[in-house]
Amino acid sequence: MMRLPHFTYRAPKSVAEAASMLASGPGEAMLIAGGTDVLPNMKRRQQTPKTLIGLRNISELQTLTNGDGLCIGAGVTLTALVRDARVRIHYPGLWQAVAQIATPHLRNMGTLGGNICLDTRCNYYDQNYEWRKAIDFCMKKDGQTCWVATSSPKCLAVSSTDSAPALLALDARVRLVSAGGAREVAIADLYQNDGINYLTRRPDEILTTVVLPDPKGRKSCYWKLRRRGSFDFPVLGVAASARFEGDTVVNINIVLGAVASRPLLASKAAAALLGHRLTDENIATAAGIASDAAKPMDNTDFTLGWRKRVVREFVTLALRDLRGDDVRAERYRYALQSLEAVG
Amino acid sequence: MPESNSLTKQHLHISMRLNGEPREVSFASYKTLLEVLREDCDLPGTKHGCELGECGACAVLLDGEPVLSCLIIGAECDGREVVTVEGLAKDGKLHPLQETFADCGAAQCGYCTPGFLVTAKALLDRCPNPSREQIKESLSGNLCRCTGYQQIFEAVEASIARIAACRVSGNSEVV
Ligand SMILES: Cc1cc2nc3c(=O)[nH]c(=O)nc-3n(C[C@H](O)[C@H](O)[C@H](O)COP(=O)(O)OP(=O)(O)OC[C@H]3O[C@@H](n4cnc5c(N)ncnc54)[C@H](O)[C@@H]3O)c2cc1C
Ligand code: SF4
Ligand code: FES
Ligand code: FES
Repeated sequence: MMRLPHFTYRAPKSVAEAASMLASGPGEAMLIAGGTDVLPNMKRRQQTPKTLIGLRNISELQTLTNGDGLCIGAGVTLTALVRDARVRIHYPGLWQAVAQIATPHLRNMGTLGGNICLDTRCNYYDQNYEWRKAIDFCMKKDGQTCWVATSSPKCLAVSSTDSAPALLALDARVRLVSAGGAREVAIADLYQNDGINYLTRRPDEILTTVVLPDPKGRKSCYWKLRRRGSFDFPVLGVAASARFEGDTVVNINIVLGAVASRPLLASKAAAALLGHRLTDENIATAAGIASDAAKPMDNTDFTLGWRKRVVREFVTLALRDLRGDDVRAERYRYALQSLEAVG
Repeated sequence: MPESNSLTKQHLHISMRLNGEPREVSFASYKTLLEVLREDCDLPGTKHGCELGECGACAVLLDGEPVLSCLIIGAECDGREVVTVEGLAKDGKLHPLQETFADCGAAQCGYCTPGFLVTAKALLDRCPNPSREQIKESLSGNLCRCTGYQQIFEAVEASIARIAACRVSGNSEVV
């Protein structure tokens, strides 16, 4: 049996109360929302907080309200997002990403805030204590060396959140609140390419809200690669969004998930399409540029060479999807699940 | 392990609604809902599988929604409603899903069955006439190593008519 280590549980009723609890125990307390990431990590002794601060009773984190676009409380569950018609109709890229996260049970429990802050993953790290001890601990927890690349000065664990690439593609912003004040940043600036310090969030900050801009006719989609049509984390995620004038691209984002320690903006690929039409030729060029930017490491499922090759195929599919091609057959082939049945 | 749970004496006391009855329970504060149910409530129907969210054997209904009891801390269940597989039968009469699982051969070793039953019950409560695709999707967080799933989908489909018949005959306390 894998028991949890001992911890003290606290249940604040407001963000302000939670922020003052977080400020009073720096480095020793962790937030728990749905618990679907932090509890497995605690059972494996990857994370051993002395105090868990539960966000479940904070009603201000559970709201989904219309602003210029949509304001989503960090504590909204993934199931609530999938069932929300505004998300499905106006932000299909986010909807498709969330509908493919984990399993129905885990989506009932897991929250958007927890998904955004999800710990990075690695085959050498997501193992129980005895396993990690037996090969000698790695740099991310208790050790010195990175077992994926022994000469690497930094940890290369993989950003494995499905929602983050979709949110970056939609130019979402996030609000962070601490006892000292509040700030709002573009979600792209919440992440950095370091498997240990993958968030720029300070340890005393609480992510309270995700702000989505008015979609204004923007199209979006998300393509996920995983071994099974359920349970599995992304081995690759491609999120894309675009606005068109006639057939011409006037605004476009392409974001790659699970190929680095942060969601990766494929800016050069996007720039190559700006002001052009999404012809097969232009799509092929952009997909080539994007796949050059992806540098996956050998620390997830599937072989490395194939994972790198498949980036081109997925970016092509995402761009064809934005163009309006009928990609239902390809969607089913890769999702291995019928997205219409999710909800 | 760097620390040992046996050193932990701290206990918590909570009250919840468990299988329709009010229930007070006290337990070691680090325990998950799965451990509280099996070790402190004498309800071993909910199964220990992977304990990491990767199998669905531990599924229960929390406020009506299927969740994984191995990834919920007992401390967070105060004041909430929990239904386990033991809560499906009423007055000695099986729930229609339990009957059709038996009739259709949807349980072989049976280890996954409690998780499937409560998950299927939540689906039928929310959506009385689901399509095969909806059944597959809602059960996609439950693994079964024996049946190959077909019999499970068939059992859920067979129970749809039985539940509807119970409703018409006014035998609504069963469902
Ligand atoms: C078997 C399995 C499969 C999974 N598959 C996927 C998958 O396919 N795709 C995917 O993206 N995820 C997957 N997950 C991971 C997880 O279920 C989801 O990412 C979920 O959304 C996490 O949310 P949570 O509320 O449960 O997070 P928690 O575990 O509560 O928290 C996760 C992290 O975020 C921090 N945190 C939570 N809320 C806040 C906040 N408001 N402000 C600041 N920090 C916060 C916590 O301190 C913790 O570090 C899977 C998990 C399991 C067990
Ligand atoms: S990338 Fe290296 S340091 Fe990071 S978790 Fe994996 S083995 Fe450890
Ligand atoms: S025991 Fe909870 S999901 Fe496997
Ligand atoms: S019947 Fe044996 S695991 Fe499902």
